[in-house]
Amino acid sequence: MYKQGKYQIISKKAIAKGIYDMEIYCPEIAVQTECGQFVHISADGFFLRRPISVCAVDKVRGTLRIVFEVRGNGTDKISQLNKGELIDMIAPLGNGFKVFPGKKAVCVGGGIGTPPMLAVAAEYGADATVICGFRSASAVILQDDLKAQGNRTILCTDDGTAGRKGFVTDALKELLETEKPDVIYACGPDVMLRAVASMAKENGISCQVSLEERMGCGVGACLVCACKAVKNGEEYFAHVCKDGPVFPAEEVMF
Amino acid sequence: MADLSVVFAGVSMKNPVIPASGTFGYGREYDQFYSISRLGGISVKGTTLAPKAGNPPPRIAETPAGMLNSVGLQNGGAKKFLEYELPNLKSKDLAVIANIAGATVEECRQLAELIDGSDVDMIELNISCPNVKQGGAAFGTNCNSAAEVTRAVRGATSKPLMVKLSPNVTSITDIAKAVEAEGADAVSLINTLLGMRIDIKTRRPVLKNNVGGLSGPAVFPIAVRMVWQTANAVSIPVCGMGGIATAEDAVEMMMAGASCIQVGAALFADPFAPLKIIDGLDRWCNENGVKNISEIVGTVRPW
Ligand SMILES: Cc1cc2nc3c(=O)[nH]c(=O)nc-3n(C[C@H](O)[C@H](O)[C@H](O)COP(=O)(O)OP(=O)(O)OC[C@H]3O[C@@H](n4cnc5c(N)ncnc54)[C@H](O)[C@@H]3O)c2cc1C
Ligand SMILES: Cc1cc2nc3c(=O)[nH]c(=O)nc-3n(C[C@H](O)[C@H](O)[C@H](O)COP(=O)(O)O)c2cc1C
Ligand code: FES
Repeated sequence: MYKQGKYQIISKKAIAKGIYDMEIYCPEIAVQTECGQFVHISADGFFLRRPISVCAVDKVRGTLRIVFEVRGNGTDKISQLNKGELIDMIAPLGNGFKVFPGKKAVCVGGGIGTPPMLAVAAEYGADATVICGFRSASAVILQDDLKAQGNRTILCTDDGTAGRKGFVTDALKELLETEKPDVIYACGPDVMLRAVASMAKENGISCQVSLEERMGCGVGACLVCACKAVKNGEEYFAHVCKDGPVFPAEEVMF
Repeated sequence: MADLSVVFAGVSMKNPVIPASGTFGYGREYDQFYSISRLGGISVKGTTLAPKAGNPPPRIAETPAGMLNSVGLQNGGAKKFLEYELPNLKSKDLAVIANIAGATVEECRQLAELIDGSDVDMIELNISCPNVKQGGAAFGTNCNSAAEVTRAVRGATSKPLMVKLSPNVTSITDIAKAVEAEGADAVSLINTLLGMRIDIKTRRPVLKNNVGGLSGPAVFPIAVRMVWQTANAVSIPVCGMGGIATAEDAVEMMMAGASCIQVGAALFADPFAPLKIIDGLDRWCNENGVKNISEIVGTVRPW
């Protein structure tokens, strides 16, 4: 069942310039939420809700964690909400990542695509290697959280101010020369997803990507969040909110 | 408890609140928030004969108090609607309105003929979609073509027939009179207003279709005006929509002359909007000594 309501923010902090981390108390939602799903948040004064991925779920404490970047006026408004205040959201939405317990996973996060990688990597602990890329040291997020949940991390920055210099795709390419994970997960800019998907294909590794598209209803009723997909050789418009946001990479026409 | 039931063009509904075509799918998604049997009816997504892929994304842009869409009638075709969606809807307790949108007069006629043999309660002929290259608004912006397509559909069905009008015209009352003369049992209005947004960083339209249809609270005053003018120009009943978000909006639309109302974009902000409107209408009637909601239809007292 979808839920809509106002839920209390129990912690909020800025974790990098313009990037906010919120924990929300919503037991009725948390119990049903899987990694890779998203929440649809109302921004006061704006007509449409803003979709944000779930970054962590704590079913015991009944909380969800979201990490988002201020991109425009709507996310700016949401970032002004404080601890103790209520946030209006619809959740849990979409299809999450398929997890294969006991297998080896590589998660690739580009910039603000990192938060959903934290959620899926949590399911794998030491069996997950998480490759993250950021513009520079000041934009780096969530590395300590990844380590705390036992993941191996590889950090890249475009300018080399933290971790290794270069793109996540360079690091992934190198890794695949010596290792063969069972599954690759990715979230980030389209160019990155395309490159990750083609490397996964070349190496015969199954790959799941989390996509973004502008949304209306968030539940699959209005059909605005279309993305070109292909199934059984046929091209069609899938809908990111209901068929995704996670898709098997081979079904996406980047 | 006030009596919210209405009989609209021969169709009985327990309340006058209907989710608008294209904003509520076939009810399956919102049925996961609440029972859709609480609604008076549902106007389903616009249906074409063959499945239709729709326009490339982005298909939505935010605007002050509203949004633009350019979905372009993506749907699974009439067969899928009749075989897969309709039985599910008929297992619920609400009036089912089939919204049809052929690209040609002949396609509209065939759609009506197909649906005539089904359990659908009412047909809404969409002659006002701004997001398709053929048919759609091309029918609805000219009295002759509006009359021609209404005549063809009328000849193919004995179901109650409602024609959905476009606001992108010089005189909506002329179009309304033209479809009334061809045997339409009701009219619904308004469909979306053609609009555009540009991303000033990229100098590109936000919508891949460049232009799209505006809806949401931003269009409400235009919709009220058009419903008022139309209700005064024709003797068939009017279903009013465009920007309705609250029970007060619904009351205002009904006072302008709408016998029932549809709720569209407001759902995206609040999925419970239709239920809040139903509860609010009941409260409003009780507070204002109105026993039956139909009493207020067209009761605005113009200066
Ligand atoms: C499934 C999903 C998960 C997401 N998860 C996260 C996350 O975990 N952290 C994070 O920082 N961001 C995430 N995003 C992106 C986030 O939704 C946008 O940054 C946000 O909507 C921008 O709103 P705005 O008002 O600040 O920007 P504006 O540009 O002013 O927004 C204008 C309109 O465009 C829409 N829009 C603009 N950019 C995007 C975008 N990239 N994706 C979808 N809609 C957009 C807005 O929702 C709004 O309707 C996610 C997007 C999707 C679809
Ligand atoms: C995403 C979206 C899709 C729509 N699709 C259809 C459609 O398929 N057929 C139709 O007749 N109207 C369609 N409409 C128009 C609505 O039914 C309604 O006329 C319009 O949105 C005005 O009402 P509102 O302001 O309450 O949304 C659509 C509107 C939206 C926002
Ligand atoms: S946002 Fe409405 S269908 Fe995806």
